[in-house]
Amino acid sequence: MAITYTSGEQVEVYRFSIPATILIPLGAVFLQAWLPLRFPFFSIFDLPLLVTIGFATARRNPLAGLFTGGLIGILQDALTHQMIGLYGIAKTVVGFGASSLGIKLDVENAGARFLLTIFFYVVHKVVYFMIARGLAGLRMAWSWPHEILSCLANALLGVLVFMLLDRVKQRT
Amino acid sequence: MDVLGRYRNLIVLVGVLFAQVLGLAVQVKRTTDGESTHLIRIWAVGAVTPLEKLLGWTQTSTSNIWHNYFYLRGVRAENRSLKTQIEQMRLEQVRMSQDADQARRLQALLGFKEQFISQTMAAQVIGSSGSEQSRSVYIDKGEHDGIKPDMAVITADGIVGKVLSVYRSTALVLLINDHSSGVGAILDKTRLQGIVRGTPAGEVTLERVMSDETVPAGEQVLTSGGDGIFPKGLLVGRVTKVSPGTELFLDIHVRPAADLSKLEEVLVVTKIDERQAQPDHVGAARAVDILAERLPGVPQKPASTDKAATPGADVVTTGSGAPKVAGSEVKPKSAPPQASAGNGTAAATKPVKTASAPANSAGTKPAGPAGTAPLVNATATNGTKPSAKPVKAAIEPKPQPAVEDAPH
Repeated sequence: MAITYTSGEQVEVYRFSIPATILIPLGAVFLQAWLPLRFPFFSIFDLPLLVTIGFATARRNPLAGLFTGGLIGILQDALTHQMIGLYGIAKTVVGFGASSLGIKLDVENAGARFLLTIFFYVVHKVVYFMIARGLAGLRMAWSWPHEILSCLANALLGVLVFMLLDRVKQRT
Repeated sequence: MDVLGRYRNLIVLVGVLFAQVLGLAVQVKRTTDGESTHLIRIWAVGAVTPLEKLLGWTQTSTSNIWHNYFYLRGVRAENRSLKTQIEQMRLEQVRMSQDADQARRLQALLGFKEQFISQTMAAQVIGSSGSEQSRSVYIDKGEHDGIKPDMAVITADGIVGKVLSVYRSTALVLLINDHSSGVGAILDKTRLQGIVRGTPAGEVTLERVMSDETVPAGEQVLTSGGDGIFPKGLLVGRVTKVSPGTELFLDIHVRPAADLSKLEEVLVVTKIDERQAQPDHVGAARAVDILAERLPGVPQKPASTDKAATPGADVVTTGSGAPKVAGSEVKPKSAPPQASAGNGTAAATKPVKTASAPANSAGTKPAGPAGTAPLVNATATNGTKPSAKPVKAAIEPKPQPAVEDAPH
């Protein structure tokens, strides 16, 4: 559960192969669109968000993090009927934040990843809510029980997703 | 220069965010979204939906193989049960067709135009938007199949939504529980009109019903046809909760009839016809016909029994030999189904008697205006065997006491 502060030289930086870089985010967006039809409870998860955080913390490169987050978010936006940019902006912020934090903290253990996912889930929600309501003028619902449950569920799933990403990431 | 290098990441972040906010602002400014972002959507849909289609196809094929070849246990029992159900539904259909016929005549008199679904296309749901803020699904039919925006999407249970965007081989359907959807609706019994809207939480509400009206829970909500998308009379759902709203209107919650969270196959209404209501001259299948089909070996009557006394119904023999009861198209002497059901009179016996003879010459269809709906309703409410009286009447063409025939 320990989150240790490390210097930039101490942390390990990973990279992903090109097929993994393309197919994993695409697969996450696909599963996010397909699984809720078969398992309606799955709609509380945000698999693209977990992949954004996973990629960002592994690469530890803020630029790569923000671009990855932005592209995943725009892809997610494009599948909805709403304006493009809502998820894009939220995930850009998360990608940048997660990779910046990844430089400072050791996020290799499950406890740290759990807390990190909770933190960035909240950041994502707040940014999305503000943009959607403030800029796009959309009606938004906010239910605390639902958000808390969704936050915890995503954090648990995040630990599993990060473990899977560990298998495909390559040390630089 | 040094400062730029130092804050490079932050500058790029601000730049990317600014670009996205700008893009968003442009979309907000434009009322009709779609033009500026269409290409991105095509790419995204093109990247994701082929896999969804493939998985959907695999799932359907596997399911078909399982259900059609391996899982046939209990099919015989199910078949029996379905046959019984069909029998009951045919009887119900007779009653309803009488009502529909009457409604058509009235509409024709008033010069109404009726809308009806003339063509639908079955489509499979292959994916969703993947967002709780956008309640929409993708179907496997698109522009190539003749799908167009604003077509209604329904299931056998009730309405689902409307086609929002059409791509080459897929289409995006906006569900009725999305907060941006709206459907013109009418309450089945109270005939109050309103608008069915989705909420951000994914619930469905009926808006614009004044707070001084009384709406009972459980009442059916139907489409009113006022939105120009859904034909009138399709089931939307049922009222689950009614409470006073914040303004002048009631807060009415509706449970959709179609299960929007588990959609697999839907029907896209590709053609809605609108025409002047015409009275049904052919006439619907009647209870006596259905019962006659079921009865074994009813003796044929000579043509002389055509004029068996039928109080309350004038029998006219047409040139073809088939009898025609005066007013059989208008059926003015038929008792309303409910009234006859309540009375429990055996009004069916007389018409059947007169009808038994023409079966010789005209084939099958006996004409008796007073004996159709009342028979069904009497049977349904009294629980008596439907075949007993018609058989007796067919064998003995003796006039029955007037009390049994009295159409009110």
